Amino acid sequence: MSFQPVKFYQTGTLTVGNRLLAQDERSVQANQMRSNSINSGHRACQGCGEALGARYAIDAAMAESNGQLIAANATGCLEVFSTPYPESSWQLPWIHSLFGNAPAVATGIAAAMKVKGRNDVRVVAQGGDGGTTDIGFGCLSGMFERNDDVLYICYDNQGYMNTGVQRSSATPPAARTATTMPVGPEPGNVFGQGKNVPEIAMAHNIPYVATATVADLRDLEYKVRKAMQMRGARYIQIFVPCPLGWGAASHDTIRLARLAKETGMFPVFEAEHGEVTSVLKIRNKVAVEEYLKPQKRFAHLFGKHAHPETVARLQAIADRNIRKYNLLPEGEN
Amino acid sequence: MLKQIEGSKAVAEAIALCRPEVICAYPISPQTHIVEGLGEMVKSGTLTPCEFINVESEFAAMSVAIGASAAGARAYTATASQGLLFMVEAVYNAAGLGLPIVMTVANRAIGAPINIWNDHSDSLSQRDSGWMQLFAETNQEAVDLHIQAFRLAEELSMPIMVCMDGFILTHAFERVDIPSQEQVDAYLPPFEPRQVLDPAEPMSIGAMVGPEAFMEVKYLAHAKQMQAIELIPKLADEFKQIFGRDSGGLIRTYQIEDAETVVIAMGSILGTIKDVVDEMRAEGHKIGVLGIISFRPFPLEQVRAALIKSKRFIVLEKSLAVGMGGIVATNVRMAVTGSGLRGFTAIAGLGGRAIPKSSLHKLFRQAEQEELEPVTFVDLDWAAVNKQLEREKQTRRSGPIAENMLHDKGIVGVSAKFG
Repeated sequence: MSFQPVKFYQTGTLTVGNRLLAQDERSVQANQMRSNSINSGHRACQGCGEALGARYAIDAAMAESNGQLIAANATGCLEVFSTPYPESSWQLPWIHSLFGNAPAVATGIAAAMKVKGRNDVRVVAQGGDGGTTDIGFGCLSGMFERNDDVLYICYDNQGYMNTGVQRSSATPPAARTATTMPVGPEPGNVFGQGKNVPEIAMAHNIPYVATATVADLRDLEYKVRKAMQMRGARYIQIFVPCPLGWGAASHDTIRLARLAKETGMFPVFEAEHGEVTSVLKIRNKVAVEEYLKPQKRFAHLFGKHAHPETVARLQAIADRNIRKYNLLPEGEN
Repeated sequence: MLKQIEGSKAVAEAIALCRPEVICAYPISPQTHIVEGLGEMVKSGTLTPCEFINVESEFAAMSVAIGASAAGARAYTATASQGLLFMVEAVYNAAGLGLPIVMTVANRAIGAPINIWNDHSDSLSQRDSGWMQLFAETNQEAVDLHIQAFRLAEELSMPIMVCMDGFILTHAFERVDIPSQEQVDAYLPPFEPRQVLDPAEPMSIGAMVGPEAFMEVKYLAHAKQMQAIELIPKLADEFKQIFGRDSGGLIRTYQIEDAETVVIAMGSILGTIKDVVDEMRAEGHKIGVLGIISFRPFPLEQVRAALIKSKRFIVLEKSLAVGMGGIVATNVRMAVTGSGLRGFTAIAGLGGRAIPKSSLHKLFRQAEQEELEPVTFVDLDWAAVNKQLEREKQTRRSGPIAENMLHDKGIVGVSAKFG
């Protein structure tokens, strides 16, 4: 009988089966001793991508820091659903100050730990895309520029979901939000330049920048753990679908995150000191329609009054990402 | 040790003696020399261990202080004017979270029109933020109040602004007794936080609070300031025992025992006022002075007790509640409710306008005769004001007010462009 390599992927999925891996190669979430940093009982919506992303990210950071971790949280869904007075889901020291200052609060915590000689205690800051790419952007850039010892995690659900689904600078073109309604000759969000915060973070030449999605949770854990092995300013943007804000089924969160990556709409990569060091290749390239159609925020692009030219413009964005980040496997360009 | 020293440098030395662990610095006049002084001390290693962080805005300065304080570090920053306003959201947040941050406010006017000179508009805009506010009369008092402020803030777990007049104090070189490290250490113990971000004992700070408990949280902030009313005089007494001088407290009176007219003010102008009162006393006027050191908490009972034997008072303040009148005066009136005392408000010195003794002589005499309007604007150029009002009546496109004033008052050498 000829040699057959062990197949780590479960039948019909691209997910690595933990049971087939050695103990030390298994995911943080698979470990019974994981920190459960964001405990059950919080009030996130069914299918919330942010809750899933935060659970994996913070547990991974806890694992890597041996439980010596402090979190600063921006105002937003994550803060609101996790700490309704008098309850808290957080099993680690956690502070919420304001919407736009989580990076600076984290800088203060890191400074306090440094001055007290507690180099073992690490600091993460986290917020949604509104708190990161818009209102917290000044503080974020300052934290990057000083290379403060903080890992900032942005949970990107492409809009202000906590306040009722308004547009942020991370909202994609053509998307319907409460402030970019699908009316008029050019329905939905404008086709601007967008604000690509991972690239802006890279322009600060900080030690580590990465993107991830909740469809590739092992990749997410790997990136958080890698980031936690470094010192200085680090940034991870995690793509987290929002069933409520996107008008998508709760059971489609993982699927949409995967489609965002597989279409090229959300490039998944990592960069060190301003240079891309790896990309997560597209496995099965699909057209953007596949990603757009399950989401009501793009429903106005299809059906009776379809806007095929708008879909084509979105496809062009995906294609540009694919070219720019070289997202297709070798030989598939 | 006695030193001939700039006010800002003296404050920087006092802060350093308080062993701050995290200092956040962002430049804004007239506060800048303080953090420059501290930055040099940290860089040279004379102030250690301490993290000195050059932040990108005042909003970040206060936010870094919030993080540092919540993580158990003694945190300090300084600001003024627009800077204080830029950090307002974080100012309220620091108080709401109950973090004992100490901040110097080098008092300066608020624009527009942009103006770097002294008045009290910046601090007083934050009177309801939950921060305690202590106003220094001299650079010696500014030094002493900072040392007391850390003690008071940490005792109550609430933040404090130490307010000192921009330029008039911050940039004035005068004799200041800088305490020794031993004295400060004897007075100010290491920071023992009431709440701290600690992996050994995880807690959530800054949870969302709905109607079921929000009022209680806010009341407790008020209760803390009521406790401060008791604590501030005690801390001043203790300060005197160690440092050997009267400094701080809630209020300070001068020649008030038999005074029929009492002048009330805050900050450095009290020096000029006392000189005028001395001169008027020499002429037989029964006039005295009440200086308010603690504006928040506002010492209602003490102010009332100081005034109750007089016949009238005049509040001379470097601030204006636009559309109403005085800010300090409103607080003083609250203190004397039902007393029947006549009270006058005098708005003076806005944007650094000089307050000369001659103007005060005239003002105080008018107050004695009760000839003043309820609100007086000291040394206001009525001709210029009336000219602009008339211009606005005559001309729709009357132009920018500030520029018109500069033209009309001859500061800019050509006549007004509009109207």
